[in-house]
Formats: sequence, C-alpha cells, structure tokens
Amino acid sequence: MIALLLRDLRLAVRAGGGFGLGLAFFLIVVVLVPFGVGPETALLGRIAPGVLWIGALLACLLSLDRIFALDWEDGSLDLLATAPLPMEGIVTIKALAHWITTGLPLVLAAPALGVLLNLPAGGYLWVLVSLALGTPALSVIGTFGAALTVGLKRGGLLLSLLVLPLYVPTLIFGAEVARRGAEGLAVETPLLMLAGISFGALALLPFASAAVLRINLR
Amino acid sequence: MDLQVSDLMVARGGVPVLDGVDFTLSPGRALVLRGPNGSGKTTLLRTVAGLQPPLEGRIEGAGDRIAYAAHADGLKTQLTVRENLTFWARVFAHDGVEAALDAFDLRGLEDRPAGTLSAGQKRRLGLARLMVTGRPVWVLDEPTVSLDVASVALFAEAVRRHLAQGGSALMATHIDLGLAEADALDVTPFRATPRVAAHDEAFL
Repeated sequence: MIALLLRDLRLAVRAGGGFGLGLAFFLIVVVLVPFGVGPETALLGRIAPGVLWIGALLACLLSLDRIFALDWEDGSLDLLATAPLPMEGIVTIKALAHWITTGLPLVLAAPALGVLLNLPAGGYLWVLVSLALGTPALSVIGTFGAALTVGLKRGGLLLSLLVLPLYVPTLIFGAEVARRGAEGLAVETPLLMLAGISFGALALLPFASAAVLRINLR
Repeated sequence: MDLQVSDLMVARGGVPVLDGVDFTLSPGRALVLRGPNGSGKTTLLRTVAGLQPPLEGRIEGAGDRIAYAAHADGLKTQLTVRENLTFWARVFAHDGVEAALDAFDLRGLEDRPAGTLSAGQKRRLGLARLMVTGRPVWVLDEPTVSLDVASVALFAEAVRRHLAQGGSALMATHIDLGLAEADALDVTPFRATPRVAAHDEAFL
C-alpha cells in the first residue's frame, strides 16, 4: 500500500505527472474573478469564500481522470488487481494520492489567494479549515467517478458531468462554513455537516469504487 | 498444489467463447495454449487470473498463487527500470530485483526511464516483473511478442528455472519455446456455441 502511494506521488512530481496543474488553475480562476467582477472590494469580500470554494472544486476536478486512466492504459491496473492488495485499499490509496497532490496544495494556497479577493480577516482560518475538511471528500467522490468511467475513451467530460452533482453537498456546506466564518457568525452546524459528508464518503465510497472498478476490469 | 480448471465456461463481452475447458497444471509443468486469434485464449487467461468471473465451472489453486502478465507490460514510463521492478517487488512483499535484472539482461539499463526503452527491452522488463512477485503460477499472455531470438532464449531459460523451482506456467504463445516440460492444449475444440448471456453480467 505504502509502495503504491509512494509510486503515485513520485509519478505526480516527475515530468508529465500533472502536479501543480490544479494549483495553477486555481490561481488563475481566482485571479480572473476580480477582473470580471470589477474593483469593488466590498462585493469581492462578500463573494470571496464562495469563489475560493468553487475554484478549489474545479481545480480538483481537473486531475480526476488521471487517477485510473493512466494505470488502465499501460496495463498496470490489471496487474494491481491481481496483486495481493485489496481493491478497496487500492482505491483508497489512489484517492489519498490525489488529495496529497491536488487537494492539499489547494488548501494551503487558499488563504494566500484570499488576499486577492479581499477576504475579511475572520475568514482566513475558516476557509482553511473548511477546505481541509472538504477536499478529502472531493478526492474520494472523484475517485468513485474515475472508477466509473475508467476504460471509456474521452471519459473526462462524462466524469465531470457525473461528479459535479455529487460535489453539491460538499460545496454547500464548505462554502457556508467559510462564509459564516468570514462574517463572524457561528460555524458549528455547517462544519459538522461538512465533516459528516467527508467522513461518510471516506467510509463508504471506497467499497463502491472498488466494486465498479472490478466490473470495469472484466 | 495443482492448478485445476474444470468444466470452465468463459465469456468475452457477455458472449461465451469457450465452454467445457478442463486441464490440470502441476508444479514443475508448463501448459501452452494454442488456437487461432479470437479463439478465447486471452479471455481464458484473464479468467484464471481472477480478473473476470467464469460463467460456469471451477478454478482451484489460483487466486493468490497467480502472477499475471498481459499484452500490456504495466510499466510506468517516467520511472526507471529499477524503480519499476522495486515497486512490484514491494507490492508483492517479495525480493529478487537483482536476480530479475540479471535473468532478463537488464544490467546497464537499471537507471534508464522505462519510457526510453525499446519495445523488446520493455517486454523483457515486463517479464522480469514476474520474478519479483514470488508467485508460483505464471499466467502469460503472448509473452514473446517483440522479443528477438536471444531474448526468447532468455525467457525460455527463466521459465525453465521457474519450473525447476517447483513453479508452473500457463501461457498462450504461437512460437515454440523448446521447453521439454511443456504440454500443449488446443482451445479450438472448446469453442462455445455463440449465444448472448442470459443475464447482464455487470450487475450479477
């Protein structure tokens, strides 16, 4: 398992691995918003939590189709399936590797990008907390979508269409935590809901992903 | 322990291709599957490797004893030869990277990214992976594709050593490896009468 995680991380940082693509995309989206909305700092501050969340979500989406597609193409997914690793373990490790290479950099970059959007001072902590809690769910749900579409030619668009609706609850509660935090309101309720979604997805979806992957490998 | 396949029916895309396949593979023996293209050799091997369930029949002594090598080598082009082998060795919690590098003449290539190897060298690396799995039953699908004569000899030598150590090999190949221990099985007589499977296999 550790070997698989290390291999995926190593592949991500080697040439063509796509590490940093999501981060760069996130940066560009967030920089574009003030250009589109105009120089109204009050308005920007109000929409900042939502913009950061949508940016992070889209950046996360960008690299989902690589989770299984590359292993499928070169045949290593077949070989992994016959290796002494449980399929549930493989998909969990894949999701974890995706989170480390895509989700975690987004979490760490979000406060810095909050400055560009004039995020209110109280919001930085909660943007960080909500993304840290929510992005694992994005990776796990995305891994499920990637398992569903593995083996389909040009499955990337279908993957986005399948996964984006599943991202809605995470987005609602994640952005709500960040918004309430920025406005100085109590964040407990949406924070608990967000945590519930994340842990629920983490506990259940690997089994679903493993099942669809087994079917897709036939 | 024997690999025992009895009355096996395998399907590709829901359509049965082979029916009533029976064979036993004992330790120290090799079985070569023969048959024209599309006769179901790959499907049979994938079923034995556990990648797809059989429609009917039983496979005993497979499961965690199988090391499977398909048409695709499963190599990561950005990783070096040694990194590729070490990864599989760690996944299978086994050793033997050095022996595998020697057996398939990969010395001098260890630190090259696998993406820069020639087709034959990639194939040799893909076959070297079998040695680091430590699994007794090798299931090989066209192992000698893109190998030159010398590499085929290396491969035959590796299979012979594997058999001598009590392993066994089930392979689909069109060329003669010159293995005295090898039996041949022509899959043509097992061709299934074409029919669409009664149920949707994806959900049952």
